[in-house]
Amino acid sequence: MKNSKIFWLLSLVLVLSAFLAACGGGDDTDTGTEAPEDTEGTETSGELDSEQVLSLMETAEIPTMDISLAEDAVAFNIFNNVNEGLFRLDQENLAEPALAEGEPEVSEDGLTYTFTLRDSNWSDGTPVTAEDFVYSWQRSIDPDTGSPYGAYMMAGSIVNATEIAAGEMEPTELGVTAVDEKTLEVQLERPVPYFMSLMAFPTFYPQNEAFITEKGDAYASNSENLIFNGPFTLTNWDGTGLTWSMEKNPEYWDAETVKLETINVDVVKEPATAVNLYNSGEKDRTGLTGEFAMQYANDENLITELEPTVFYFKLNQERNGEENALSNVNIRKAIAKGFNKQNLVDVVLANGSLPANYLVPTEFTFDESNTDFRDVNGDLIEFNAEEAAEHWATGLEELGVEEVTLEILGGDTETAKNMDAYLKEQLETNLEGLTINLKAVPFGVRLELDEAQDYDIQTAGWGPDYQDPMTFIDLFVTGSAQNKMSYSNSEYDALVESAKGELATDPAARWEAMAQAEKILLEDDAAIAPIYQRGLMSLQQPYVNGIVTHPFGGDYSYKWAYISGKE
Amino acid sequence: MAKYIGKRLIYMVITLALIATFTFFLMKVLPGSPVASADKLSPEQRAVVEARYGLDKPLPVQYFDYMFGLLQGDLGISINQFKGKDVTDVILSRMGPSAQIGLQGMLLGTVLGILLGMIAALRQNSWVDYSSTFIAIVGISIPSFVFASLLQYWFGLKWGLFPVALWKDGFMSSVLPSIALAMFPLATAARFIRTEMIEVLGSDYITLAKAKGASGSEIAFKHAFRNALIPLVTVLGPMAVAILTGSLVVEQIFAIPGIGEQFVKSIMVNDFAIIMGTTLFFSVFLIVIILLVDILYGVIDPRIRLSGGKN
Repeated sequence: MKNSKIFWLLSLVLVLSAFLAACGGGDDTDTGTEAPEDTEGTETSGELDSEQVLSLMETAEIPTMDISLAEDAVAFNIFNNVNEGLFRLDQENLAEPALAEGEPEVSEDGLTYTFTLRDSNWSDGTPVTAEDFVYSWQRSIDPDTGSPYGAYMMAGSIVNATEIAAGEMEPTELGVTAVDEKTLEVQLERPVPYFMSLMAFPTFYPQNEAFITEKGDAYASNSENLIFNGPFTLTNWDGTGLTWSMEKNPEYWDAETVKLETINVDVVKEPATAVNLYNSGEKDRTGLTGEFAMQYANDENLITELEPTVFYFKLNQERNGEENALSNVNIRKAIAKGFNKQNLVDVVLANGSLPANYLVPTEFTFDESNTDFRDVNGDLIEFNAEEAAEHWATGLEELGVEEVTLEILGGDTETAKNMDAYLKEQLETNLEGLTINLKAVPFGVRLELDEAQDYDIQTAGWGPDYQDPMTFIDLFVTGSAQNKMSYSNSEYDALVESAKGELATDPAARWEAMAQAEKILLEDDAAIAPIYQRGLMSLQQPYVNGIVTHPFGGDYSYKWAYISGKE
Repeated sequence: MAKYIGKRLIYMVITLALIATFTFFLMKVLPGSPVASADKLSPEQRAVVEARYGLDKPLPVQYFDYMFGLLQGDLGISINQFKGKDVTDVILSRMGPSAQIGLQGMLLGTVLGILLGMIAALRQNSWVDYSSTFIAIVGISIPSFVFASLLQYWFGLKWGLFPVALWKDGFMSSVLPSIALAMFPLATAARFIRTEMIEVLGSDYITLAKAKGASGSEIAFKHAFRNALIPLVTVLGPMAVAILTGSLVVEQIFAIPGIGEQFVKSIMVNDFAIIMGTTLFFSVFLIVIILLVDILYGVIDPRIRLSGGKN
């Protein structure tokens, strides 16, 4: 009886404390914003701490570490840190030679690239050779591999890639050859002005044939069955778990630049838990979403980064084979100008996003004189309630109707739902006679409805696959995969075609053509209605330095990161 | 008894086969594609990726392939969450932590709940009784994720008594998640035991026992408690379900490499083999619990006969 009393008391205490905490939690929630006291006042003079350990979080597991099969942000980020290609994005996000020794030799017609490899090793000490690149690219384009990115990245650029992916030619016929151990020759179908930045993308990294053959089915199943050639090696990954580490790779050719000894990563899917772990000092950096972005908006350790991802309305002109109100250009312009983007990013999103009056993001691509593409083409289609109303009235008249009902198809996350609700309210207020129905679905379902062209308006987003405006500009050419909205303009198609073809060797004219194409798409045709460019807020402990954020491929580089002032 | 269990086992297999069939076809009508970057690929490129996982075959063929594999203990391979990995391996590597916090939570909740309920019944209408009723109401009405968040914030972050999250400090890491999971069984057990014991304590044979001079604890444990257990066993099944569903969120909040959160995720991303694998895993778990509950009846109360009373 005595024991049970203790049990009982214990349980009572536990339950009551948890319950009382619920009552007192409200006014206490922001105490977590205090920075750990021991770090205050320390100067980041650049002096390194003796312990170089970084502790990070991811929001999802690693689906696969096979370079040919990966298609997700987590794996790409790790590849960028444990492997390396011919080029790498540097601290200014420009492609710099990595495994390539200096810039490649390019033929006059821009179709043949000859790379010379520097001396570098795999983590087992064997040298990286030109043959490793040939093997890797052939493996990724081979239809038997089933690589999601192989054909996507190579078709149309590298000689014979399209035919091999279709099974019409052998993988060995791909336009890439090892001239000798240190010389790699690449044959292109058309000049690709952004080819160096492509070489920084994981799909174009080398793979070690001997290692992959030796491991067979076990290859890439856990960190033991992987081989690396980047700044770090992956360790402690059991293949399905929520935890892994990266250790400095002594075999890396530029190992003396790498300061961090260990990076510990844990998968934490719950945003509140991530913030708690950061505040407990266990983790050095956390992303902030939704409510947390607002709560920590004034924190001194807040970092705001602009991502090159743009969100927009796709305006479907022909739903299920039938033309709808959106086939009228005035209706589309009314919608594109009919909502206040500034308020959206300030009040609804509040995460560092920018209003987008464009398709090609800002701070993403620069011409040879380092001018942002955005500065070349400026703002294209802005919020203007009056003009929107005029377009709307004209459009209704042309259609001969007084009322229009449209559906907005969007994501089912909290952020997406809040945004769509705001946009509905804005459009219905500014455009008289418009009724909007909201439809929130998971990502996979949205893709399926897009594929079937079964929507009116869709909120969609796009991030780049290489560092060039073209990764956005060519999205909506007639019949393209992203253009499931029956948009077609031959002038726009021709500009894209010329930028990809005859203008490829004339950078200035090429940029002009792409700028023109963007203008037609947004201003003349209002084929899509840009909404915002995504920002990302994070908290980072002040002793963490030198993490570089990249616009495509792997999100971060830890090669230059170091810990200073923690001790 | 053996015959009864044998019969039940056969039913179990049939039930599982039906569950597998229904889940398979339901899952195939789920909208969305398991190819993660489906929005970037052309239809031809997508077909190549799908063919790799046999998704290009006609549905009946896919079904029979799967069921045939199942008979041989092959749960298939994951399409996008753990590309190309055996689902059996995924489940095996993930079930340990789930089982640990589940069992600990269930044990803690039931034991504390029984004690709470007994004390409440023995001290009926005292403050002890009222507070136990209060706890029971709180435990049932507040979902486990709220408890989990509060426990994490106070016991983890503020007071530093236990790890905030992550599965790194052995038993210590399992304490808060187990407590969060224990709340529902605790409340349920307390409520049932209290009601039952009050009823039993008022019955004639207890009065007789008292008249015979049996001590208070003897009456409480030997007579009242045993009778009160029967309804509790009945709710064990639903409690196991609550633990399972609770573990989905609790695992996510405490960043535990369990199987619950995989279950939900797999449906979101159309990872067919994982959906099937986890569904069958949970089904087996539940069916076994229900069988155990039925067998327990007979153990606790010999008046309940399992074999249908033919003899």
